Amino acid sequence: MVESSVNFAKASSAALKDPQLRANFRRAMDGLMSKRAVQFADTAEWNGVRTLAASVRMRALSKLPELLEQLEANCTKNGIQVHWASTTDEANAIVLSIMQRVNAKLVVKGKSMVTEEMHLNAFLEQHGIESLESDLGEYIVQLDEAMPSHIIMPAIHMNTKQIAHLFKQKIKEAEYTEDVAQLTDLARRVLRRKFATADVGMSGVNAAVAQTGTLCLIENEGNGRMCTTVPPVHIAVMGLEKVVEKLEDVPPIISLLPRSATGQPITTYVNMITSPRKPGEKDGPREIHLVILDNGRSNVYADAELRDTLRCIRCGACMNHCPVYTKVGGHAYEAPYPGPIGKILVPQMEGLAKRGEMPHACTMCNACVEICPVKIPIVEIMGRLRAEAVHPGNAVKDAGARGSKAEAMVWKGWSTTYASPTAYRFATALLAKLGNAAPSSLPLLKEWTNVRSKPRFAARTLHDLAREKGIPDV
Amino acid sequence: MSEPQNSGARNTILSKLRASRDAHPVPPVASDFTVLREKRWDPAERLERIKRLMEAVHTEFIEATEQDWPAVVQDFLAREGARTLLFAPATPDGAALAKGWTANQPELVPYDGEVETFKERLFDGIDAGITSTLGAIAETGSLVLWPTAEEPRLLSLVPHMHLALLRADQLHDTLWQVMTEKGWAAGMPTNALLISGPSKTADIEQTLAYGVHGPKRLVVVIIK
Amino acid sequence: MEQSTRAIPPRPESVYYFGTCLVDLFYPEAGMAGIDLLKAQGIRVVFPQGQSCCGQPAYNSGYRDEALKVARAQLDFFPGDWPIVVPSGSCAGMMHKHWPDLFKGEPDEARARQVAARVWELTQFLVHVLNVTFEDQGEPVRITWHASCHAQREMGVVDEPKALLRQLANVELVELQREKECCGFGGTFAVRHPEISAAMVGDKVADIEGTGAKSVVSGDCGCLMNINGALDAGQKPVRGVHIAQFLKERTNG
Repeated sequence: MVESSVNFAKASSAALKDPQLRANFRRAMDGLMSKRAVQFADTAEWNGVRTLAASVRMRALSKLPELLEQLEANCTKNGIQVHWASTTDEANAIVLSIMQRVNAKLVVKGKSMVTEEMHLNAFLEQHGIESLESDLGEYIVQLDEAMPSHIIMPAIHMNTKQIAHLFKQKIKEAEYTEDVAQLTDLARRVLRRKFATADVGMSGVNAAVAQTGTLCLIENEGNGRMCTTVPPVHIAVMGLEKVVEKLEDVPPIISLLPRSATGQPITTYVNMITSPRKPGEKDGPREIHLVILDNGRSNVYADAELRDTLRCIRCGACMNHCPVYTKVGGHAYEAPYPGPIGKILVPQMEGLAKRGEMPHACTMCNACVEICPVKIPIVEIMGRLRAEAVHPGNAVKDAGARGSKAEAMVWKGWSTTYASPTAYRFATALLAKLGNAAPSSLPLLKEWTNVRSKPRFAARTLHDLAREKGIPDV
Repeated sequence: MSEPQNSGARNTILSKLRASRDAHPVPPVASDFTVLREKRWDPAERLERIKRLMEAVHTEFIEATEQDWPAVVQDFLAREGARTLLFAPATPDGAALAKGWTANQPELVPYDGEVETFKERLFDGIDAGITSTLGAIAETGSLVLWPTAEEPRLLSLVPHMHLALLRADQLHDTLWQVMTEKGWAAGMPTNALLISGPSKTADIEQTLAYGVHGPKRLVVVIIK
Repeated sequence: MEQSTRAIPPRPESVYYFGTCLVDLFYPEAGMAGIDLLKAQGIRVVFPQGQSCCGQPAYNSGYRDEALKVARAQLDFFPGDWPIVVPSGSCAGMMHKHWPDLFKGEPDEARARQVAARVWELTQFLVHVLNVTFEDQGEPVRITWHASCHAQREMGVVDEPKALLRQLANVELVELQREKECCGFGGTFAVRHPEISAAMVGDKVADIEGTGAKSVVSGDCGCLMNINGALDAGQKPVRGVHIAQFLKERTNG
């Protein structure tokens, strides 16, 4: 193990020992999977829209540099100021300089995973700016001083009782209640005051349209619209892959994202923003800024196969369907993006020295691949990253960092034996004879027998039986 | 407006992307929109579908005619105990509303100044807001709104109840069809919106709750 | 989810049988049962003695050169133009779906593709190519079915095994609540992340118990090794059995 690496096994171990957490996830994910299935009951429709949406994303990636330039030009023409950031530090600095210029004291935020990558809240607090999450789930997580455990449902790891206690403890005017409507109403009252007085509103971007310079945001609560309409300044941040070529490319994404994410036919609001307040208009921000962030994405783009990672539209369905995620929950990944997409994206962004174990926290069951609305070959990329982790190369940051001579020797020995019929026969005969004598305390067997009985080698192999029964060999 | 535009980062990012793309070019994939083009509903079915989908997420519907809708709206709000209705006085619908309104009960409040001039009242002293729409979409049960200088964006967001006028002859099949048939790409407004119900959340243990930040109630006034 | 739509070849006189390394060492009787089922349909079954493994363990561990070396060694043993039947969705998936990628750009790529195209998962072959019908000879019993991830999602084998089991008059098939969910085996995953794997197989065992079945039938010995190991360690009365063995026992094949 590499010293600085993130230990997924250890973090997930804690989660697995929390029966409440496990029950919360099991219930929530079962519900989300069945709701999604209802939405895609028409297989022909699913296949058609999915193929279309995948083509929209692939086309965007095939012209990525040109589309980003076109997006910049059209946004600028529309009055949206475009900024570029190679790193999260640069993105934070850009956001801060805007806020300092307008003397901002309070920022309200809509849901944005990119700002999680940036650790923006902590950064702004350090500079004396209150940064308040307004998506109910994000608000809960922020009150709890925790991280989101799911990219769509940040507080899915908590149940109502836990949230009721949290509100009572952290919100001055709160009466203890486990009534969800009352809890929601309490958050409404607290946050309305904040929307009305915030100096800056922040948001992410679900899709940015190069053709028209339009930022599309989808949401259910209305907080996204509040953040992008009420404060005098709106700052949107997006990963550079979020661009699409044309306005007509947006409907397929909107058609699949909410259905995949939460099993609803559409979100309550689809919000398309093309300019700040124009002369004569009575509301809307007077300034809009778009921060386009790289943070390792251009490295992902550099490899023809790994590039497919950037198709992602962040619906989170891969999490809901992942048998590992549904057991350990989102926090165990210790990353902004958990679950299958996190397991392929985060190692590419942060490097294999730190994140090389992530692609192994997967049984390669392909449940995520089956439901991905933009057909990302998640498991193929997972396999590729496993190979990159143990072989020095240039494709991924810290390629080879996980290689060990001992492991390489094992596989070399394995391949030599299994590629030679004589050696294979000798080895299997040996195992059939002596294999069962191996003590359960041996490495690997020890892990296996933790909850399982030791597998037993058969006295005679299938090769033996086939020969004895006269099954022809040619 | 003097933030650094980070031309350094811009050039680094774009030249890197360009080099990568040129090293491993992917032929642009053609997109076949047939699946969206073919999503059609019988005109008679559209309204039923819109009602069914929107009612499933707690949208309310009332019916009226081009002549009586202001009175229908006034009756409805009086029954619901609303004290104030925010409206857009400079739109044709706003003018019709004001003309058909009797006894100023509930009180009609015009949204005729910049939001900064009455933010406090907007957030704390308005019960309902009324807007027009550009029609609705059958596929998803969504209202289409393009707010304007005369009919501002927050009318449909901040008041606790949002009433939306929907003409029964302005029903479309899908967002893609509205967008392409009406040529949206040639000139997008400051803000284009789809609204498919009152504000909602399921962030607390997947339990649906309505009215988290936006309107608690969405009332569609169908004008036949 | 997506049933395979591959073209069905005419009924052959002979087939190759690729037993897989796991069956070879741990479940040879399941392997033999598969051979017997095919023979009972009048098919000549050829078991090349030089075969070993599809290469999947190394491939999924990131050692592709080593996987290639082992996969390449198999190519010689299937010279005839006959289908290659595999009593495992996972190994069949490796050969059918991943070999073309593994051999990409290699001098023997065309040959590997040709072999890969002939690979069939056992139940898929029994249903689509041989159109088998079974007559149940056994006592009434309740069973459940565990679907292997790779059979479902790499080979497109979803309904075939259940269709075969439903042919058995005295067998009551009760489906799992989460039939499609992985059991937590995942090759090296089970020992690399033993606690998560334990939680996964724990959920699977609970689901199996909930059906009240006496046996859990499956088409992959990796899953069976995991599930049976957990059932045995937990002292549960239910046992897992390979579908080939189950079908053979029920039909006196």
